[in-house]
Amino acid sequence: MSTSAPVSVAVEARAASKIFSRGKPNQVVALESINLSVRQGGFVALIGPSGCGKSTLLRLMAGLVPATEGEIFVNGKAADQARRDRDYGMAFQSASLFDWRTVTRNIELPLELLGWSKDQRSKRSAEMLDLVQLSDFGDHYPNQLSGGMQQRVAIARALSFKPSILLMDEPFGALDEMTREHMQAELLRIWEDTQTSVVFVTHSIPEAVFLAQRVIVMSPRPGRIVADIDVDLGPRGFGTREDPEFFNKITEVREALRAVEVP
Amino acid sequence: MDSLDEGVDAAVVRAEIRRYERRARLRNVVRRVVVFAAFVIALSLLYSGYKAVGQSIDDAQRDWPVIGSVMPATNDLIMPPISAILSEFDDPPQRRNAKTLGQFIFEASLFTAREAFFGFVAGIVLGLSLAILMLRSRTIERGLMPYVVVSQTVPLVAIAPIIVIWGQTNFGWLPFTWNAWMSVSIIATYLTFFPVAVNGLKGLQSPSAESIELMDSYAASRTQTLLKLRFPASVPYLFAALKLAASASIVGAIVGEISSGVGGGIGRLILDFASRYTTGPERLYASVAGAAVLGIVVFGLISIAERYALRGRAQENPVV
Ligand SMILES: Nc1ncnc2c1ncn2[C@@H]1O[C@H](COP(=O)(O)OP(=O)(O)O)[C@@H](O)[C@H]1O
Ligand SMILES: [Mg+2]
Repeated sequence: MSTSAPVSVAVEARAASKIFSRGKPNQVVALESINLSVRQGGFVALIGPSGCGKSTLLRLMAGLVPATEGEIFVNGKAADQARRDRDYGMAFQSASLFDWRTVTRNIELPLELLGWSKDQRSKRSAEMLDLVQLSDFGDHYPNQLSGGMQQRVAIARALSFKPSILLMDEPFGALDEMTREHMQAELLRIWEDTQTSVVFVTHSIPEAVFLAQRVIVMSPRPGRIVADIDVDLGPRGFGTREDPEFFNKITEVREALRAVEVP
Repeated sequence: MDSLDEGVDAAVVRAEIRRYERRARLRNVVRRVVVFAAFVIALSLLYSGYKAVGQSIDDAQRDWPVIGSVMPATNDLIMPPISAILSEFDDPPQRRNAKTLGQFIFEASLFTAREAFFGFVAGIVLGLSLAILMLRSRTIERGLMPYVVVSQTVPLVAIAPIIVIWGQTNFGWLPFTWNAWMSVSIIATYLTFFPVAVNGLKGLQSPSAESIELMDSYAASRTQTLLKLRFPASVPYLFAALKLAASASIVGAIVGEISSGVGGGIGRLILDFASRYTTGPERLYASVAGAAVLGIVVFGLISIAERYALRGRAQENPVV
């Protein structure tokens, strides 16, 4: 086994592959030889056509499924160890809130699992509600909230125990365009406030370009990295979406995607 | 989220919404009570109407033999009038005892309810244990589930006497003395554990893959995932089962009493009045009505508990 990655790197994939049902007739090569390194505090977007293995790569990073070949390091440790050390928070497309828990108690769920005291928990959940601007809704149940508010709760829950890495799988995929843009701005504000490293899976090109410092473009199955595009738009704001450079980057990502499209 | 009008305080709006919700809940309860009362009245009218028609035909034309031959006869022995059944509640059934039939039925109901309650609780414990066991492994599920299902196809009247006979053993190792009614509880357990096991398993398996991954991402232990995710997710499924199980436990207790002869409960009361039917048919009807009320009360209690336990959740009821 090789040496671990330097600690200033949040996530590193070395020649990582994932084959599901290996050797069986229904074998699926989901990922092929992924090399990727995300620096601490960075914001990286993964984009690619549906089924290209974005979610699988995220789950590999999360230590939820093991790589078939190659290695994944998170904060200098094997991904599975990082999972056990609670190094990251996760958010999914469906907010996956527990509908029998109030907003506050949803946010406190990871803290309960970590054995925090009640006082510590309510102090932290109040902070997190403040961070996602839902302080008035702590006693509400998830089904009383809009989709955007539910996602904000999910983000608050993911960050409640201050993990150093946030892994997000199309978290805004189910939201309408207006809410989505609002949530993107919110996420960037939270990212700047908390200095968490973010890996963000999306299939929206403008979303990837608006949010990320780097956009990783993946090919259709088996997923490979085909482009690694730096996005240098400075601090995002209302003007960003009208910035010519924003459009240039969108075009660049689109062309990278088109180049690998299967006809 | 922003208030619609600067002058309207969000707290006032929310209080207004809560008041509205409370009114809606109250309306809902009233509607249920009215519907139920209407149902009971309709049933009584049907009964009395049929009886009235049968009686008038019987009196007028004896050569038109439908009621009394292909349909039940309507005389006071076979269909006592509802007024007679109701007034019977107030009559003492025993000559040297001032206790009214209503009191007898009430006490017998409590006795049966106790049997059913212990059986019910034991059934929940057994059913949930089986569900958790089957959750642990597919192999166990596939091996166990057929037997769980088959257990319910054995007729209750066949196993009830066996259980009661086993119960006559002197279980010296028990910290309490075994009573005959406890054997009846076991019969209730036998009917109760089944819906709890089947629906409980369905509920424990109901969380989405993402919810399970979320727990895994927190490195939650299996027990933590069970207690914080799977079990709460199964509560709506469990209540659907508990409503079935509660009625089943009453039925189990009554059938258990009848087929084993254990005395003191409503089943035994029904058995006694059935054997002395000709001297007082109203008593049998009254005690059957008592058993029905017991079932309805138990069902209602579970429904109330369900509403409380599921408050705040999405409205959809899981399909049983
Ligand atoms: N648990 C699994 N078992 C078998 N195949 C899987 C599994 N998870 C994902 N796959 C397959 O791997 C491929 C990549 O899936 P996924 O990572 O979900 O793609 P994306 O998120 O980019 O849409 C798909 O073809 C999918 O069918
Ligand atoms: Mg996906």
